[in-house]
Amino acid sequence: MSEPRVDVRKTYKLFIGGAFPRSESGRSYVVESADGRFLANVAWASRKDVRDAVAAARAALPSWEGATAYNRGQVLYRVAELLEGRRDQFVGAIRDAEGASARHAARQVDAAIDRWVWYAGWADKVAQIAGSSNPVAGPYFNFSVPEPTGVIGLVAPQGSSLLGLVSVLAPAVAVGNVAVVVADERHPLPAVSLAEVLATSDVPGGVVNVLTGPQAELVPVLAAHRDVDGLDLAGATVELAAAAEAAGATNIKRISRRVAEDHEWGHDPGTARLLRFIETKTVWHPIGV
Amino acid sequence: MSALEDAPTSPERFEYAPAPESRAMLHLRSSYGLFIGGAFTDPIDGGALKTVSPSSEEVLAEVTLAGERDVDAAVTAARAAYEGGWGRLTGRQRAKYLFRIARLIQERSRELAVVETLDNGKPIRESRDVDVPLAAAHFFYYAGWADKLDHAGFGPAPRPLGVAGQVIPWNFPLLMAAWKLAPALAAGNTCVLKPAETTPLSALVLAEIIQQAELPAGAVNIVTGDGTTGAALVAHGGVDKVAFTGSTEVGRRIQETVAGTHKHLTLELGGKAANIVFADAALDQAVEGIVNGIFFNQGHVCCAGSRLLVEESVHETVVGLLKRRLSTLRLGDPMDKNTDIGAINSAEQLARIVALADSGEDEGAERWSPPCVLPERGWWFPPTVFTQVAPSLRIAREEIFGPVLSVLTFRTPDEAVERANNTTYGLSAGVWTEKGSRILAMADRLEAGVVWANTFNRFDPTSPFGGYKESGFGREGGRHGLAAYLDV
Repeated sequence: MSEPRVDVRKTYKLFIGGAFPRSESGRSYVVESADGRFLANVAWASRKDVRDAVAAARAALPSWEGATAYNRGQVLYRVAELLEGRRDQFVGAIRDAEGASARHAARQVDAAIDRWVWYAGWADKVAQIAGSSNPVAGPYFNFSVPEPTGVIGLVAPQGSSLLGLVSVLAPAVAVGNVAVVVADERHPLPAVSLAEVLATSDVPGGVVNVLTGPQAELVPVLAAHRDVDGLDLAGATVELAAAAEAAGATNIKRISRRVAEDHEWGHDPGTARLLRFIETKTVWHPIGV
Repeated sequence: MSALEDAPTSPERFEYAPAPESRAMLHLRSSYGLFIGGAFTDPIDGGALKTVSPSSEEVLAEVTLAGERDVDAAVTAARAAYEGGWGRLTGRQRAKYLFRIARLIQERSRELAVVETLDNGKPIRESRDVDVPLAAAHFFYYAGWADKLDHAGFGPAPRPLGVAGQVIPWNFPLLMAAWKLAPALAAGNTCVLKPAETTPLSALVLAEIIQQAELPAGAVNIVTGDGTTGAALVAHGGVDKVAFTGSTEVGRRIQETVAGTHKHLTLELGGKAANIVFADAALDQAVEGIVNGIFFNQGHVCCAGSRLLVEESVHETVVGLLKRRLSTLRLGDPMDKNTDIGAINSAEQLARIVALADSGEDEGAERWSPPCVLPERGWWFPPTVFTQVAPSLRIAREEIFGPVLSVLTFRTPDEAVERANNTTYGLSAGVWTEKGSRILAMADRLEAGVVWANTFNRFDPTSPFGGYKESGFGREGGRHGLAAYLDV
């Protein structure tokens, strides 16, 4: 008779610059399942971890925004491929985290995979719907193109630990932004597992950074950071969101406001989030011989 | 660099007889109320302001300094119009009203140009040829969008936001009013516009035009006043959308005010644009562009090319040509059709320009102005060029908003990009080179919302305008400009 198998548990760490460090603070917090079981001690990120993540994101920006749109599209499609292969793992993780039924969890995962596919396809089309040739009243060639805003701080939706996160993250990176994510505070494990998918797909290190820990500690640091160009407060609490919007004024951050807790992430996403963190650049040149 | 110490021999300077524009078309009242609900009304808790011509210090008229209750009355009128008159119109009906406004501006163009020049101090040539025609063109362009919003790329039947509170600056008073009002109205919003404290008059003439166009009452309300009036408007709970053009400092306060509310926000803020001249550029054309870039409208332009970056090998040549060209500029009576440089808009702005220019000298840069007699009355500052400017100097970092150019050099395209982007601003940039691939590479790498290549300071209603970084967010002009006033 063989001995009972003792399973190998995963250490859930941060994801910064393509690596998986523990919090430099050495802290962690307990994450429980919906029915109160111990799931993991998750890294409790510090303000220094936020700063490190922002620095990693900034460093990754030039090559990611400079990549061809076709290339970015393929990289995002690769994420969908790898996520599809780990479908069962994520269904289990969402059931544990959110207490969802198997069917509901499967729908979340399928929708999250499909969302990567949706945005992968947008990467090389967004300039064609958001850009323009402008018929100015004079002898000038004039065109406008969308460019990424830069480093975006994303407060992931709370309670939709995978689909909500993908719904805010994928459109931001599809157009060439880089991201520092504050994961769903109570259900952070799917976010960390998604980071593992990103690390093994072709997403360059630093393009997506994932922090776990209390919103109240991390969001104000991100909101006041002068090297963060945009903030998506989708999952922030009312109080934290208002304070973050005000702190964001320090360097005129572009702000996407919080959404209601009961927001249904399964709906057709449209293009609103795709167009949220872009800057329009207009170029003029005289026409003449 | 001894060649820099003296300007090359001044070119022959033609003498012109004075050619002042006539004031015959001007019909200013001695005092103005607030334009609320389609009529000029007396203030409830407001006071009075005198508006003064910056070139003569002549009092032009008395206008109202709207108080909080006045702002509330204007927002209430705008809300009623949103729920009633203007808000119930079809796109086609709105379009026709906006076309009327465009035509009325054209019909009253002389009067508007004269009012603008008297109140602002800008040369009549600029108000006549730039401000007024562009204002009309803006209304004409957005008029055509009003019944085509379904086709603007924001999905079917995009919704307006509601009541827009719009705060505009003094550098292009009428044009900024047009930039704000035309897209807001086209999209179906109603407006409360707050003109700048020192330049309220052209907006009040525009109010008369809106009366002549017979817009439904309350679609546009105009509340004159100072910073407290603007602050009251931005903070008003009945405003759904705030649009501001002005300094980054005030923009930051507005963003803080709007934080945590339901209000939508767009900001068009300051700039410190680099104008980059490569050695292979057509230098005579580049010099014209440099002059237009920084001395147009006395440099009171948020997208002014205030940092000239010249490739080192042509630095002396370019500075020499620039000094020669500046020696031909005519500074003086803005109403004179031959005037190139008008008056500084206010004593306060002049003090700021003087202080920053003095800091340039104190910090070791070399200051030069052409021989230039300043009129005795009014507020004036001569066109000024600083050479030997280090990137760390205040005159290379801070927005001066005056006729002051800082000249820096670079050796490689990479260095030009690095220096150009080394600012918290990102509104505009200029590139001068005959090499097409270099233009596109530079345009790609410059962090600026508008890049002028082999030209500078061009504007058009079809062309989106707005900043990167701390120069603000949102675009004005073009299809993009509609997004600022639609729930998208």
